[in-house]
This record gives sequence, C-alpha cells and structure tokens, in this order.
Amino acid sequence: MRIIGVSAYYHDSAAALIEDGVVRSAAQEERFTRKKHDAAFPQNALRYCLAQAGIALRDVDHVVFYEKPFVKFERLIETYVRNAPKGFASFRMALPLWVKEKLFQRRLLTEELRKIDDAFEASRLLFSEHHLSHAASAFYPSPFEDAVVLTLDGVGEWATTTVGIGQGRSLRIEKEIHFPHSLGLLYSAFTYYLGFKVNSGEYKVMGLAPYGEPRFKALILDKLLRLNEDGSFALDQDYFNYSTGLTMTNDRFAELFGEKLRSPEKDLLTQFHMDVAASVQAVTEEVVLRLTRHLARVHGSKNLCLAGGVALNCVANGHVLRDGKFENVWIQPAAGDAGGAVGAALAAYHLEFEKPRNVARRDGMKGAYLGPEYSADEIRSALTDAGAVFEEVSDSVLIDTAATALAEGKALGWFHGRMEFGPRSLGARSILGDARSPTMQKLLNLKVKYRESFRPFAPAVLREDVSQWFDLDCDSPYMLLVAPVAAERRREMSPEEQKLFGIDKLNVQRSSIPAVTHVDYSARVQTVHEDTNPRFHALISAFKDKTACPVLVNTSFNVRGEPIVCTPADAYRCFMGTEIEMLVCGNFVLHKANQPKNLQKDYSAQFELD
Amino acid sequence: MDFLTEFFQFLKARRKFWLAPILLLVLLFGGLIVLSQGTALAPFIYTLF
Repeated sequence: MRIIGVSAYYHDSAAALIEDGVVRSAAQEERFTRKKHDAAFPQNALRYCLAQAGIALRDVDHVVFYEKPFVKFERLIETYVRNAPKGFASFRMALPLWVKEKLFQRRLLTEELRKIDDAFEASRLLFSEHHLSHAASAFYPSPFEDAVVLTLDGVGEWATTTVGIGQGRSLRIEKEIHFPHSLGLLYSAFTYYLGFKVNSGEYKVMGLAPYGEPRFKALILDKLLRLNEDGSFALDQDYFNYSTGLTMTNDRFAELFGEKLRSPEKDLLTQFHMDVAASVQAVTEEVVLRLTRHLARVHGSKNLCLAGGVALNCVANGHVLRDGKFENVWIQPAAGDAGGAVGAALAAYHLEFEKPRNVARRDGMKGAYLGPEYSADEIRSALTDAGAVFEEVSDSVLIDTAATALAEGKALGWFHGRMEFGPRSLGARSILGDARSPTMQKLLNLKVKYRESFRPFAPAVLREDVSQWFDLDCDSPYMLLVAPVAAERRREMSPEEQKLFGIDKLNVQRSSIPAVTHVDYSARVQTVHEDTNPRFHALISAFKDKTACPVLVNTSFNVRGEPIVCTPADAYRCFMGTEIEMLVCGNFVLHKANQPKNLQKDYSAQFELD
Repeated sequence: MDFLTEFFQFLKARRKFWLAPILLLVLLFGGLIVLSQGTALAPFIYTLF
C-alpha cells in the first residue's frame, strides 16, 4: 500500500511517500522553490516523491493531509467568541483567508492533486490530526516496540502538548493540553520579544541563552506560567496577545521585564536580552523535565519518543537524556510541521488501515537522507551549464583531497547523495570545516553564512569516537541532542576570561575543538554512522588520520535566509556567492581559485533575512 | 454542497451544534469582509493559520 502524506498552508510544507509502512522519500517544498519555509502546496516535493519511486499519482492509494482544517477553524471561532469584542482586528484579518481558502481545503487539495493527475478522486484524500501526525512521526519510525510519545509545539487544532502510548502498531493519545496554553507559543513569544522572527528565530534564542544568566526564571514561573508537579501548565493570558491580537506579547509583558520589545533593526543585543533568552530556555527545560519525569514514573516505559517544534530544542532534549528517567530517547529529525507529512501517512497506514508495523533496527528515517539525489551525469551537466571549472576524481582521491583541504583550515562545500529531510544538514548538503580551528566559527558566521556572530556551530563526529570527545555515548544522528564537550578536551578559562560577559566570551578558546564549543562548553552533536552515510564517515575518518581529530564543523549548505541547497546548480551558486574555498559535488572537485571570476556573485541579498 | 454536507458531519462528530448559528453569522460576516476588501491576505500571525 502506498500513501502520500502532505503538510502545507502553514509553514514548511512537505510531502512524504510511504510504501507498506516504509518511508521511501520525503522533502520540503522550500528546497525546490527556494523560498524559506514555503507554505504553498508541495507540488514539487510531491512530484519528486512520485518520480523517485517511479510511479504516478494513480498508483498511490491515499493522500493524507496532516491536520483537520475544520477543527482548527472551530478553535479560532471559539477563541474569538470567548474573547469578543476583543480581537476584532485579528478576526477581520483572519476571516477572509479562512472564508476564501482554508475552509475549502478539501477542494483546494483536490485541485492541486488534479494538477498532477486529473483523474484524482477526492475520496482518496484523508485528514489526520496535527498532533497525531507528530506523534506518529515520532513513534512509528522509532526503533522501539513500545514507547511513551510526547509531542510539544505551538498549536495544532486545539492541542499544544500531547502524551501518547505507542505499542506495536497502535498509538493512543492519552492526554492533551489545549490552546492557549502552549510551551511552543511561550518560547515563540520570547522569540518575538527578543526581536527575532516567530517560527524561525527560536534557534537563535536557544543559541543566545548560554551567553546569559537565567535571572528571570523565577519571574516567568511566578507570573507567566503556572507549572504543576506533573509538568502540565497554564499561561496567564494577561501578558500575551496571540489569542486575539496581531502580536505575540503585549505592553504588560514588556513592563514585567522592564524593557521594551527589541527592534531587530535598531536595538543591539545586550546582556539583558541574553539573560531573557537564558531564562526562557531554563523554564522550557524545567517544563520538559517535569513532563518526562512524570511520564517515566506513571508509565514505566524505558523508551521516549519526541516530536513537535519544541522537540527541536536540542538543549532540552540533552537534559532529558542525561536525566536518565528514560533509557532511550528517539526524536523525529523533522520534528516540526514538515515531519507531519511523514506522520500523517504512517498514522493512516497503521491506525486507519490497521496494517502491521515492522520496527526498524536503527530507525525508519534512513538517516533522514530521503530527498533527491543526482547522478554523475546530472552533476556534470549542471556544473558545465553553470560555467564551472571542475575535475572528476575517484572516491579515494576525493576523500583524500577533501580531508587535506579541511586539515588546512579551508571551508568545504560538501554535496553528496540524497538530500536531508528536516531542518538540519547531516552531511549530504553541508558546509564543513576544521573543528580545531580557533577562527573557524567567526569565518563561517561572517564570511560564509553571513549570519550573527553569536550563533554556534555543530560538530559531526564519528559514532565510535563520540564518547572520547563529548559526554555522550549514544546515537545522535540527527543533531538533536546537546552534550557537554568532554572534560579532558576542555581548556579552563583564566580568571580574566571568566569575567568576560556575553559575546566577548565567544572569542575565548574553550577547548581543543573551539569551533564547535559553545560558551557553556556545550555542543549540538551529530554522530556519523558508516551504515547510513559511508562517504561522510570515510571523510571524517580520513580527517582523523591526518589530524587525530574525528570531529568536523557541520553547518547547513546555504547562506542566511536561504533554504538549504537542493541541486548541484544551487550548490555551485552558493559556493560562488560565499567564501567557501572548495566544493565537492558527487565525485567532482571544484577549487574557488580556478573558477571564472565573473561568476563570483554575492547573492545573499536575494533572501529575506531570517 | 459537498462543503455543507461535510460541515454538518463535522458539527455532528464534534457534537457542537451550538456553533452552527455562530458559524453561519461568522461566515456571512466574513463573506462581507471578503467582498468589501477583495483580498485574502492576512499578516502572518502564529495562531491564525
């Protein structure tokens, strides 16, 4: 049985194809349209899924949308009715969109699907529930026969937090916390208050947090959030505006913290903003830990699955793992709404059609390498068309050349195999660098990625060596666990350095792998496995042979505001628009110095900053 | 017509018939807003979508 899952019309639209319960392919629409977080119906991603399987839409049994629009509308209307007359401005803005489009989503979806196959029957279209899709995306591909499944995000239909129990092919949602009480919305409210974009700037808040002190944690827990012992919570709506207004927070929120909303254009980040970020991060960790401790106590399972946007908070995930209440933790790599496409399809397969489940040995996401790949002929042709100067080399020469360049401190574009599904680059569309270099973090932030200098980079480390470099000894293939750098790799800061505050601390070398060591000695670890990405594993092994260090900086292959590259042409454009010094694309090697100068173009201005 | 049938089924499944008159008013009012402004663009607010 073949099922396509679709998430769309909010942000990060995506399509996924499952065949007899196995995830065959999945991709986000933004990678094809080059519009970050593209919310449009995933025409390109869906066509890719079909092409990859060599089938037509008529060969697919069902298409499943990841949520229920009517129930979402019910939530909107009930919220407006409850708060009326407050919220009229928001109501007036939102309603035309719903009346014109969103209420007629079945028709809209059918029309889009008929662009691919004009005989598509509307009866083949099914609707899952938002959090069930998340829960299914977390449980069914996990390597567990049974697990507690926790989903946390902004909001779906009504639910913002759910607890489910997965057992074999069954998955039951047992408890829910409903809108407007939402951990995701709390985090997004602070993201907004700190001047970052809601739905994409949350990573920046997490990255900023280690520079600050959580001095507002008690205030948040006292005024904004009523947190119970079991981790359930309620937000005091007097401080928020998202239910009925056009902003996330209100004046009372700003008064509580004593500073006005930060304007990203005018106001520099100060220690105050870092302390606020540290505080909301600490509160988030507190909530998640109370939830997981309670669930471990009540359900007695040793396995935990996580999904939903909050599950991308890898710092909180690391705390859950180290807390040890669950022996095993598995997190869906596309934990945000894109992953809902996978979950919707799997939920239909196992729950609606009652098909059995085979538990995958490592997991069912195949290292998240579920996107398009390009043959040598396609890459050669794309590079030739772009006017690139390149040479084709054997596997062994390629690995040696790339490892040598990395050991010399060069920034390397690395394009190989199937593109990753989800927000992280995992060694298929990556920019790589030497983690030992004290200047690599600044170089990559300012000359390659063109992003804020405070943002940390993640290490990719050989799985077999992870425990020698980090306080972690389990798989973390999706870069969703933060762990401390191992004590013996650290360099203690001098008393003078200890006194530094905020971003000044960034320039202090804190370990033997400074490019991936955050100011609090933490790192967002990706373990690299020979069975899921043998070439990336071979590259790091070759780098280790040359340097005795099995760790590389691994960051996404894009510039700020741009979706991660998808095609060889995207990769070449990004290579030529940044100070990446070498590009490896399949078996083709490109040196920046050899490229035609007229092709070097700064194209970063094309993308709206995130 | 399909839409109305589906909407009725939704109200039945959710046992929220009390919402029906409110929804009708809302849809009428929404229709008026749509007709008067002719655009379906709304600012991106987290919880509206």
